[in-house]
Amino acid sequence: MAIATIMLVDDEIPFVEAMSKRLTRKNIEVETAFNGSEALEKLTACRITEVVILDVKMPGMDGLETLKAIKQRVPLVEVIMLTGHATVESAIEGMKLGAFDYLMKPCDMDHLIAKVREAAERKRQHEEKIINARIKEITNRYA
Amino acid sequence: MGKSMNRNPTPLSPYYRALTRNMVLLVMVISFTPMLLVTGIILNQFSASHHEKIHAHLEELVLKHKQNIDSFLSEKLQNIRFLADTIDFDNCGRQNMIEEHLARLQRAYGPVFVDLGVVNEQGQQVAYAGPFKLEKARYADADWFKKAIESNYFTSDVFLGLRGAPHFIIAVRKSCQDQKWIIRATIDFVEFNRLVEKVRIGETGFAYILNREGQFQTKPIFDFTPDLDIYNRYFSTLERMGKEVEIQERLDGTGVKSLYVSALLNGGDWLLVYKQASSDAFSDLRNAQVIAVIIFVLGGIAIVTMAVWMSAKMVRRIATSDNEKEIMNQQVIETGKLASVGELAAGIAHEINNPVAIMFEEANWLRDLIEDGAYKDEADIQEFERGLNQIRTQGLRCKEITLKLLSFARKTDSRIEDLDIGHLIEELMALSAQRAKYSNIELLTRIEHELPTLSASYSELQQVFLNLINNAMDAMDKTGGTLEISAKQEEGQILIGVTDNGPGIPKANLGRIFDPFFTTKPVGSGTGLGLSICYGIIQKMGGGITVKSALEVGTTFEIRMPVKTGEGLDNQTVAEPDTCN
Repeated sequence: MAIATIMLVDDEIPFVEAMSKRLTRKNIEVETAFNGSEALEKLTACRITEVVILDVKMPGMDGLETLKAIKQRVPLVEVIMLTGHATVESAIEGMKLGAFDYLMKPCDMDHLIAKVREAAERKRQHEEKIINARIKEITNRYA
Repeated sequence: MGKSMNRNPTPLSPYYRALTRNMVLLVMVISFTPMLLVTGIILNQFSASHHEKIHAHLEELVLKHKQNIDSFLSEKLQNIRFLADTIDFDNCGRQNMIEEHLARLQRAYGPVFVDLGVVNEQGQQVAYAGPFKLEKARYADADWFKKAIESNYFTSDVFLGLRGAPHFIIAVRKSCQDQKWIIRATIDFVEFNRLVEKVRIGETGFAYILNREGQFQTKPIFDFTPDLDIYNRYFSTLERMGKEVEIQERLDGTGVKSLYVSALLNGGDWLLVYKQASSDAFSDLRNAQVIAVIIFVLGGIAIVTMAVWMSAKMVRRIATSDNEKEIMNQQVIETGKLASVGELAAGIAHEINNPVAIMFEEANWLRDLIEDGAYKDEADIQEFERGLNQIRTQGLRCKEITLKLLSFARKTDSRIEDLDIGHLIEELMALSAQRAKYSNIELLTRIEHELPTLSASYSELQQVFLNLINNAMDAMDKTGGTLEISAKQEEGQILIGVTDNGPGIPKANLGRIFDPFFTTKPVGSGTGLGLSICYGIIQKMGGGITVKSALEVGTTFEIRMPVKTGEGLDNQTVAEPDTCN
């Protein structure tokens, strides 16, 4: 089984391609999107993504806007912000808005994978709690 | 000027020299005018009043002396008349009698009576007492006798007479038994002279008596020949106007300005004249004037010195301040430039980061492949090629970006050079393209072909336009929009417009927008220096910058710049060479 299912969102196409190749080799399922709207479409259509790696600076919908939209539509999906040096502030802003963490470009692969694992772990734990709560609710109904 | 020059040996430009000259002139005018006025007015008043006083004083003096002399003469006459009444003419031939009379007179009145004589109708002196041998003198032909025999009493002019010494006679006619007798007394000239001699004031003031013929009746202290006409005039003036005393200021025989104070004597036969050189009479006034002039001159020198020295100092100070201000302006511009570069740097850094990240990933990817041993077959080799090409591509991208930055950073001096504004604008638009993309801003340029060249500092103009572009992009950061730069030629100027369709600038701020340190950005972002620097730079070039804005519609900055001189409106003309050869 894959370590996690993630989506890479960045407008730099060569970057996304290179990253996905590497991540796939490391046993991570990678989806890609090249702008915010595309990402949202794909996330809401097919809800298997667990972690989104999101570039902060993008034309059109920028990183923060995309983050807000994600948190609105698919709140359980964890988001890791990806930032160049000039935009660290936006990444921190993103964390206030609910992002899991941020990473600097260019990224160290092991570091990235560790973070992805963590994020995926959290998402799964959260989902489990929800399931447990539902069960409890059902069983209490008939208690 | 000498002192200040040592401290700051650079010569002053014509502007400062003119400023110094103006300051000096102004100070001098302001200082001298009241001084002149006051001195002039006071001296004038003093002079007028002094003149009056002196005239009055001299008139009094002469009047007093005239009265003295007149009373002397009349007194002597009375004496002789009294004598005439008491003399016994028949017996006066007897020597002793006359001598007794003379002795009595002299006892009573002093040696002023020199001698005494009785003369009969025929002019024969019948009795004589006195120091001269005139017992048998005959006066029939004498002038004085002729006059004396005609009137009751007579005072003669001073004359030499039979004795050969100056004297004058008082004669009284008496009728006795149908015979006319003349009692004649000689008045001592020296005594008489003394009366007048005593009248001395100052160094040159003295008095003398003239008769109607202009002959001296007293011995003047300074001898001269009187001009008859003038003195006749005095006579007539005094008589005609009934004045007691007459003053006149004129040049004397030697050309010295003198005061002449005259009064009639002896029933109008004689003229008492007092003469004094004007400079002597008004010596006090002269002194005052001299003192005033000395003070004025000294004061004037002091004023001029101070004016020149202080003005020079002041202007030096101004020049230094202006210089410092200029330096500070330059620094401000530099700072502004750095700030612009700073803003630029952020964009550029991000730009570079992307290709670098890609290169990094590709390199790592290729390493992973090697680790896995996937470099053996054809497909693997192709993958390596692809990866390496990608690295190369991104590397080139980095090179482009750094070149862009270098071109901006290199031209940081303010050298004036010929530049093509269209090229500059396009360069800047390229620099800003990345940021515009991220902010959803469309960049448009509408630059006329064949714009004439400008003569300006490349880096300063870059700063101006970069600033305007950044401002526009800041305004449209959240909303996106269009940024258009247009450039066209109009009447010997180049008109450049930077237009955005952002939120616009409220009317209240429009007036202050070029003020230094005015900003609507939050604290910490933006210094508010940008537009004021732009304004300064454009002004320095002889151009102008204006702004038009409407809320919700957008903002346009309009810049006018003069075309390089030597190139006319017609772009085809060739610039004329300055020198032959």
